Amino acid sequence: MLRAPLVIEYPFERTTGPVVGAFLTGLRERILVGITGADGRVIVPPIEYDPVTAEDLTELVEVGPGGVVTACAWVARPDARQPLDHPFAWALIRLDGADTAMVHVVDAGSPDRIAVGTRVTPRWRDERVGAIGDIECFVIEETS
Amino acid sequence: MRDVAIVSFAQSHHRRAVEDLNEVEMLMPVTREALDNIGIGIGDIGFTCSGSTDYLAGNAFSFVSTLDGIGPWPPISESHVEMDGAWALYEAWVKLQTGAVDTAFVYSYSKSSSGDLAMVMSRQLDPYAVGPLWLDSVGCAALAASAALDAGVVTREAMAEVAARSRRDALANNEYAQLRFDRTAAAVLAEPDHVGLLHRSDCPPISDGAAAIVLAAGDRARELCDNPVWIRGIDHRIDPMALGYRDLTDVPSARLAASRAGVVPAEIDAWELHAPFSHDELLLRRAMGVPDDAVVNRSGGALAANPMLTAGLIRIGEASWQISSGESERMVAHATQGPALQQNLVAVLEGDR
Repeated sequence: MLRAPLVIEYPFERTTGPVVGAFLTGLRERILVGITGADGRVIVPPIEYDPVTAEDLTELVEVGPGGVVTACAWVARPDARQPLDHPFAWALIRLDGADTAMVHVVDAGSPDRIAVGTRVTPRWRDERVGAIGDIECFVIEETS
Repeated sequence: MRDVAIVSFAQSHHRRAVEDLNEVEMLMPVTREALDNIGIGIGDIGFTCSGSTDYLAGNAFSFVSTLDGIGPWPPISESHVEMDGAWALYEAWVKLQTGAVDTAFVYSYSKSSSGDLAMVMSRQLDPYAVGPLWLDSVGCAALAASAALDAGVVTREAMAEVAARSRRDALANNEYAQLRFDRTAAAVLAEPDHVGLLHRSDCPPISDGAAAIVLAAGDRARELCDNPVWIRGIDHRIDPMALGYRDLTDVPSARLAASRAGVVPAEIDAWELHAPFSHDELLLRRAMGVPDDAVVNRSGGALAANPMLTAGLIRIGEASWQISSGESERMVAHATQGPALQQNLVAVLEGDR
């Protein structure tokens, strides 16, 4: 069998606009923003158009930084491209002040430490570039 | 509306990895069989539409190679969707409705094995907020399962039953399927957790394969075969892209598509649901109002063979076989694509008898 490596690249850039751009710029400044949907619900990550009415959305709202896990899935063997190099949980996280959830990973240590309802907070990278990876991961919130 | 029927269906014997053939070579016997079944050639076809994706083939305009294999000279009227072949069938159905053509040829194929499939599928996600995290297709399904389990709309036991039944039905009914064996739900439950609360058996196999369907309108359908299977209703709908915006415990787009396609659950005698993961079938049943005792996925469904971009078209083809053979009279065929059942197509199929 003849095998050859194949590397696919899409070497073009685009601007992210006033909504996605605001979210990404916010990440660089350690600020999380969502956007108010046509029905008044706060959508995080923010999106440019209302999924139901297709209206332009413009009203940005600061949310978080903490939030609650609404779904999670433990990954015992992460892929090298995924955010953490040791076992973690995929999670949908509803940030405080938001009505929808965002996808990220939680560095929970073990699967029995995380469940729907667990409170988490972001762990920011020192060097931030304006990308989702500026949040290295979420961690379980310390209870006082 | 014109009456449009499925007059021929063919599919490959789906395999984990077809390494000895390229895509064209894998597809050609299937398209040939679909046309030979009813004794016609590509010159008798008014419109050709295919479904496949460059992301799996690994090069741009990959469908042109397979189109060359079909024989597009003298020039033919054709189109392609970067979607499951079920959506190519929808486009062909619309073309037939315009009255411009009386016959249409639909095919789709994929070599899902060519790359790291779960990671390739992550490229369909939001490219800013999710794509860079490399949320793979199994992790994505595990998140939906988590939400559904937590809400109590599915149970791990019911998921294991779906997983076991699908491979058992494939063993009994479907020589084309890839996973055909009799393993109990208890054995599925005894497997270690794979990703999240999914067992390996809750996940579909990686499959290479192809399928083809010929459609014809009205009298042309009756000329071409003795038992055409009529598409009585067909509709497709989509839920929002953002995973966290959706209620992953429900499938509103499947419910709407079923309603618009004219599905009356009590009048349906069997269902072919494109449910790649075991919890997907349970969510779809709930969304579309499938009765508890209904016959679902006699073929084994996508849990028994899951060639990407093709497993949805196969559901339509399998339903047409079950109707033309007399096993069923009126069926629902369903196709899905996108992350966690985002996009859904529903067709009501019926025989002449």
